Amino acid sequence: MIDKRVADPAAAVADIKDGDTILIGGFGEAGSPIELIHALIDQGARDLVVASNNTGNGQVGLAALIAAKRVRKMICSYPRSSNSRVFPELYRKGEIELELVPQGTLAERIRAGGAGIPAFFTPSSVGTVLAENKETRSFEGRDYVMERWLRADFALVKAELGDRLGNLTYNKSARNFGPIMCMAARTAIVQVSRIVEPGGIDPEVVVTPGVFVGRVVEVPNAAHESVLVAQGVTYP
Amino acid sequence: MSADLTHTGLTREQMARRAARDIPDGAYVNLGIGIPELVAAHIPPGREVVYHTENGVMGFGPPPPKGEEDPELINAGKKAITLLPGASFFHHADSFAMIRGGHIDFCILGAMQVAANGDLANWSTGAPDAIPAVGGAMDLVAGAGRIVVITEHVTKDGAPKLVETCTYPLTGRAVVARVFTDLAVIDVMPEGFLLREIAPGVEVDTVKRLTGAPLAVAPDLAVIEA
Repeated sequence: MIDKRVADPAAAVADIKDGDTILIGGFGEAGSPIELIHALIDQGARDLVVASNNTGNGQVGLAALIAAKRVRKMICSYPRSSNSRVFPELYRKGEIELELVPQGTLAERIRAGGAGIPAFFTPSSVGTVLAENKETRSFEGRDYVMERWLRADFALVKAELGDRLGNLTYNKSARNFGPIMCMAARTAIVQVSRIVEPGGIDPEVVVTPGVFVGRVVEVPNAAHESVLVAQGVTYP
Repeated sequence: MSADLTHTGLTREQMARRAARDIPDGAYVNLGIGIPELVAAHIPPGREVVYHTENGVMGFGPPPPKGEEDPELINAGKKAITLLPGASFFHHADSFAMIRGGHIDFCILGAMQVAANGDLANWSTGAPDAIPAVGGAMDLVAGAGRIVVITEHVTKDGAPKLVETCTYPLTGRAVVARVFTDLAVIDVMPEGFLLREIAPGVEVDTVKRLTGAPLAVAPDLAVIEA
């Protein structure tokens, strides 16, 4: 029997190793898998390469993982925001690497990774510093830059409903990177608000088919980053 | 620059109202963060416009009343939004397929600099201690149908934002079609900047002096209906 359910976040992230590449879902706080990230902090893996659109806020979630010096390199499109101080501080001190990628290129690199496409050509960033030292080619009179797929050892994703087969739905704009990150990781670890029986999600509304998902862990009433930041919470 | 000049131009709301008049009925539209966001409130009556936000929502509406914000229903500026009937959610790869694939008709962005050939710089000053952050700007200018910019005509220090050549790192080359400022509506033509409309009470010479590149004047120059 297939059963991808895992008891708790700690068990879900137990085998993440030093040096692994991890895709972490979320756009700002929407879709950020805070409980999984906190379990990863507790677990202790370091020297991680993390791809995520942003770098977290306050001293919780992704920002706390970075503050704990577990991340060697960030791959992201927008590594700052109003409440993000952890990453800028380490970056200015030269203690963390940054690979800056246009947001759509980041998404397509992840999608390509999940779809088995090792490289593709995109018009985004042509003629800018972000295309320097990359192969460009002209198709039908327009220049395109070659970008490589992005695959990972693990993905940490937040979804809404899940079943033991790994089928998922999401909540509103918290969907963002979740579906493609599940595709591109060797093992996608997903925290869901509620686990339902197989068939409890109408096949017409399954957003991520379970084949892309490795583990599902139920986290009811997941924390919201902005609430934790407003309360002055720091993790650990 | 003498201080009196910038005060005779349009307010931000007036700039947004003028830009909104350019958006055709039925357009799928992406609005950048900042002044562009104000445009949505000024669409002329009778036009139906559908707003796209690159984090994965089509068909969003105005911000919710205070206290009704949902942290998982936000726009690209990470601000709370509401949904209009007919809205949809999608993941990031689909969202940027809409952008790069040419399915978004109209995009309004802010700018640090716009060059006379339509080059846009709006993501980084290139300062050594700056934290570089690009978001979706490079994808939007590479793929959306018509790219227009809405910006103050000069910086807070009075330096022109419409220039011969951008000195900041580029977002895209030759991408901007039109610029709405507090002083004027200026088109990017093959020959360079062309003054199409001017704010009430502003002199053509003032606009020329505050523009960092040659500015041609349209024979049918109009006054902006503020």
